[in-house]
Amino acid sequence: MSAIPVESPFKRFVEDFVRSPTAVIAAIGVLVIACVAIFAAQIAPQNPYDLAEINIMDGSLPPGSVGFDGFHYWLGTDEQGRDMLSAMIYGLRISLSVSLIAVGSAVAIGMSLGMLAAWSGGRIEAFIMRAVDIQLSFPALLVALLLLAILGKGIDKVIIALVLVQWAYFARTVRGAALVEIRKDYVMAARCLALQPMRILFGHVLPNCLPPVIVIATVQVANAIAIEASLSFLGVGVPITEPSLGLLISNGFGYLLSGRYWISFYPGVVLLVTLVSINVVGDHVRDILNPRMQK
Amino acid sequence: MTAPVLSVRDLVTEFDTRAGVLRAVNNVCFDVMPGEVLGIVGESGSGKTITGFSIMQLLDKPGKVKSGEILLNGKDLGRLGDAELRRLRGDRIAMIFQDPMMTLNPVLRIDTQMIETILAHRKVSRAEARQIAEDALAQVGIPSPAERLKTYPHEMSGGMRQRVVIAIALMLEPDLIIADEPTTALDVTIQSQILFEMQRLLSNRNMGLIWITHDLTVVAGLAHKVAVMYAGRIVEFGPVGDLLDRPAHPYTRGLIDSIPSNASHGERLTQIPGMTPNLLNLEEGCPFRPRCPRASDICASDPETSSAGDGRMVRCHNPIEEGAL
Amino acid sequence: MLAYLIRRFGQSLLVMAVMATIVFFGLYMVGNPVDLLINPEDDLAAQEAAIRRLGLDQPIYIQFLQFLKGIATGNLGVSFVHNTPALELILSRLPATLELAFFAMLLAILLGIPLGMIAGLYPNSPGSRVIMGGSIIGFSTPNFWQGLMLIMLFAVFWRVLPSGGRGQTTDLFGIPVSFLTLDGLRHLILPALNLAIFKIALVIRLSRAGTSEVSLQDYVKYARARGLSEKRIVGVHILKNILIPVVTVLGLELGNVIAFAVVTETVFAWPGIGKLLIDSIGLLDRPVVVAYMMLTVFMFVMINFFVDMAYSMLDPRIRIKAGKS
Repeated sequence: MSAIPVESPFKRFVEDFVRSPTAVIAAIGVLVIACVAIFAAQIAPQNPYDLAEINIMDGSLPPGSVGFDGFHYWLGTDEQGRDMLSAMIYGLRISLSVSLIAVGSAVAIGMSLGMLAAWSGGRIEAFIMRAVDIQLSFPALLVALLLLAILGKGIDKVIIALVLVQWAYFARTVRGAALVEIRKDYVMAARCLALQPMRILFGHVLPNCLPPVIVIATVQVANAIAIEASLSFLGVGVPITEPSLGLLISNGFGYLLSGRYWISFYPGVVLLVTLVSINVVGDHVRDILNPRMQK
Repeated sequence: MTAPVLSVRDLVTEFDTRAGVLRAVNNVCFDVMPGEVLGIVGESGSGKTITGFSIMQLLDKPGKVKSGEILLNGKDLGRLGDAELRRLRGDRIAMIFQDPMMTLNPVLRIDTQMIETILAHRKVSRAEARQIAEDALAQVGIPSPAERLKTYPHEMSGGMRQRVVIAIALMLEPDLIIADEPTTALDVTIQSQILFEMQRLLSNRNMGLIWITHDLTVVAGLAHKVAVMYAGRIVEFGPVGDLLDRPAHPYTRGLIDSIPSNASHGERLTQIPGMTPNLLNLEEGCPFRPRCPRASDICASDPETSSAGDGRMVRCHNPIEEGAL
Repeated sequence: MLAYLIRRFGQSLLVMAVMATIVFFGLYMVGNPVDLLINPEDDLAAQEAAIRRLGLDQPIYIQFLQFLKGIATGNLGVSFVHNTPALELILSRLPATLELAFFAMLLAILLGIPLGMIAGLYPNSPGSRVIMGGSIIGFSTPNFWQGLMLIMLFAVFWRVLPSGGRGQTTDLFGIPVSFLTLDGLRHLILPALNLAIFKIALVIRLSRAGTSEVSLQDYVKYARARGLSEKRIVGVHILKNILIPVVTVLGLELGNVIAFAVVTETVFAWPGIGKLLIDSIGLLDRPVVVAYMMLTVFMFVMINFFVDMAYSMLDPRIRIKAGKS
C-alpha cells in the first residue's frame, strides 16, 4: 500500500495565492517596497538628513531638474534643497518600521490577552472582553490623537499609541479562535489531566489562531501606516528629524497652493501604492484562508 | 376544433456549466387546451420546473432555451422581444411559484405588489386598481380583503400568502397559468384547501393550467391530462384516469406503487430503487435503465415515443401491457 | 427589559467615569499640571491667583473631586488662547462640524448607492470594474491625501473652487449654516466630498454586495414573471431591500465621520471642532483639549448606548435574551 503524498499547507497556500494575477502584482509591489525600505541607505541617491549633502541653493526645484553640482533631482526638491526621492525612500522606511513594530507588539499583546481570556473564562474573560468592546467602539484615529495629545511628541510615543489602538482587534479574534479550539475534546481532556497549560496553549491552541491573525495583521499594517501618516500630517506624529511619508506630505501642504505640488504629491503616491498593495494582498489572503478556516 | 392555448414543440433547454453542458429539458412536446388542466409530474431534477421557466422565458444564467417552439395562442414566445414578453407576462400568462414567503417581496405591502402588477398592464386609476385587487382577494376566499391589502407578507400565514399569489395570478384573467409546486411548502390540510379553491376558481373560466408537482395524488384530483417527466424527457402522457389505472411506463408504475395506501397497511413501503440520474453523466440509452425492473438489452438504446390510441404516449422499449403487473 | 436598560446605562456611566479618571490622571502623570492649566504668559501674581482659583494647591483627591464636579456642572476650564470657557468654545464650533458631517453622509447615500447598484447589476461590465477599483482606492488612501489632491485639482489647477475656509453663513433657527448661499456651497463641496469619499467607497461595496444577492432572490424573478418593468424592479424591489443594511452600517459609521472630520477640517481650514482640537494641541491650549476629550467620550458613549437600545428594540431576538438576563 503506497503512502498518500501530503501537501504541506504552505505549498497549498502559495498555489492558491498565485491564482489571482492582481494579488501577485500587489505582492510583488509589497516586496519591492519592503526592499526599498530595508536598503534605503544603499538605494537613495542622497542622505537627506545629512546636512553636508544638501544644498539650499537647490531649494524648491521641480522634478527632473539638475542642481548646481550636476545632481539629478528626479522628483524635485523641497524648500531646504533635499532631494524628494531620497526623502521619500527614507520616509517609506520610517513609515514601514513604525507600523511593523506597532503591529508586531499589538499582535503579541492581543494574542496573549485573547488566549488568557479564552482559557480563564469567567470574570477575567468578561473584563478583558469588555475592555476590548469599549476600545473598539471609539474610532482609532481619535483615540491615537488624544493619546498623543497627552503623551507628547516622539516616535516611541507614536508606536505606543498605535499599539494601544490596535491590540483590541487581535485580542478579540484570538479569543474567538482560541475558544473554538479549547472546546475541543482533546483540550478538555488535557485540562482534566492537569497537563501544563502552556504546552496546550502554545502547542495546539496557538497554531489554530494563526490564520485569522495573519489575515487581520496584514490589513492592520496598512491601517497603522495610514493612521501614522494622518497623525504625522496633523503634527502630532513623528518628529521632523525622522519624517515619515505623512510628515513629508504635511511639509508640502503649504507649497501646494503656489503650484509646487511635487513636495506633497509624490510621497502621497508612494503611500497610496503601499496601502493599496498591502490591502489587495490582505484581501486575497483572507479569501484563501477563510474557507479553509471553516473546514 | 379549438386551438390549444399553449403548444410546446421539441423544447430543449441547456445549462452551460463549468462541468459541461447539462440538458435539463430534452425535446419536450405537449399541448394545453383552454379550460384544461395539465399535470406535470416528476422527481426533483426531472426538469419539470425548468420546463415551466423555459415557457416563461425566465431562465437564470447559465440556462438557455436552445431550440423548440413555445406557442402561446399562436405566438412563439421564444421569438418575442423583451418589451412584448413583459406585456404578456402577468397579463396573458401568469406563474405561481413554490414558496410564497420567498416570492412576495418582504419589504413591500400586499397592495403595493398587487397594484403595481395591475398598473403595469391596464390603464386604470390607482383607486380602480385597488378595487380590482380587493375583489381578487375576496375571490380566493381571503376574509376582510380591504384590510389585508395593507399588510406585509410576513404578517400572513403560509396558506393565506399562497392565496394572495393565486389571486395575483388570476387577477388579470390570463389565458394560461403555470403553477410550480404551489402547495409543496404548505401543510397538508392547507394543501387540500388550496386545491379545493383552485377547482372552484377554474370551473368558471376558460383558461389553461399547468400544475407542476412531484405528488401524484395532487394531480389525481385536479388534472385532466398528465405528463410524467424523467431526466428531462416526458416518458409517459395521457388522460389522468387512464394513466393512473393503466400506467405503461415502469417509472409511472413505480410512482403509483410508492404511494402509501390503506390497502397495504402494515407492509413495507415500496420504493423505486436507485437515485435520480446525474444529468451531466447520462449513459447511453434509456436514462431509467439502472432503476427499471423491466430493463433488457434493448434498453441500451434510446427509446422512441410510441402512441397508443386515446391520446396516450409512452417512451419505453418494454412498456407495461394491459393487464400485466 | 427595564433591567437591561438600567444595566446598559450604568455601564455607560462607568465608562465615562473611567475615561474621566484616565484623562485626569493622564494630565497629572505626564506633566506638571501647573504648566498645563496655567497660562505661562501671565505674570507671577496672576499665575498664583490662577493656581488658587483652580485649586491646584489642594491635595490631589480634592482636585479630582473638583474636576468631576466641574464636568457635572459643565465647567471644563477656560481656554488660554481665547479666554472663553472651553465648553462654550467647543459648542460654538460644533454646528460647522455637524453641517460637514451631514452633507458627507448625504453624498455617501446619493452617490454610493446608485454606483454600487450599477456595479451589482452589471458585474462584468467595464463600468463596474472602474467603480470597484475606484472604491478600493477610496478605501485605502488616507483621508488627508485625498483632500490635498482635491485642492490641487479644483483649487490650484482648475481654479473653480476655493481651497479652504467656510463661506458665507446664514442663520437657520439661530444656527449659522453655509449651504443656503452659493458662496457657502462652493466652500462646502470639497470638504464634504473629502469626508464622504471613504463612506462612498464603503456604501458602494455594501450596495454592490446587496444588489448581487437580492437580484438572485425569488421575489425579483416573480416580479419579472408579473411583467413589471426593469425600472420598477430595480428602483423599488431591489433598492428597498438593500437600503436597510446600508443605512444601518452608515448609522454605525457616524463616529468615524467625527474622527475623520478632524483631518478634513485641518486640510480645508474648516472652522469646526476638529480644527479647534488640532490648533489647541499645537498651541498647548490644554483646557480645550481636555474639554474636547470629555465631550467626545460623552458623545460616543451616548451614541453606543442609543444604538444598543435601538437594536434591542428592533431585533426581537436581542429583546428576548435581554429579558432573560
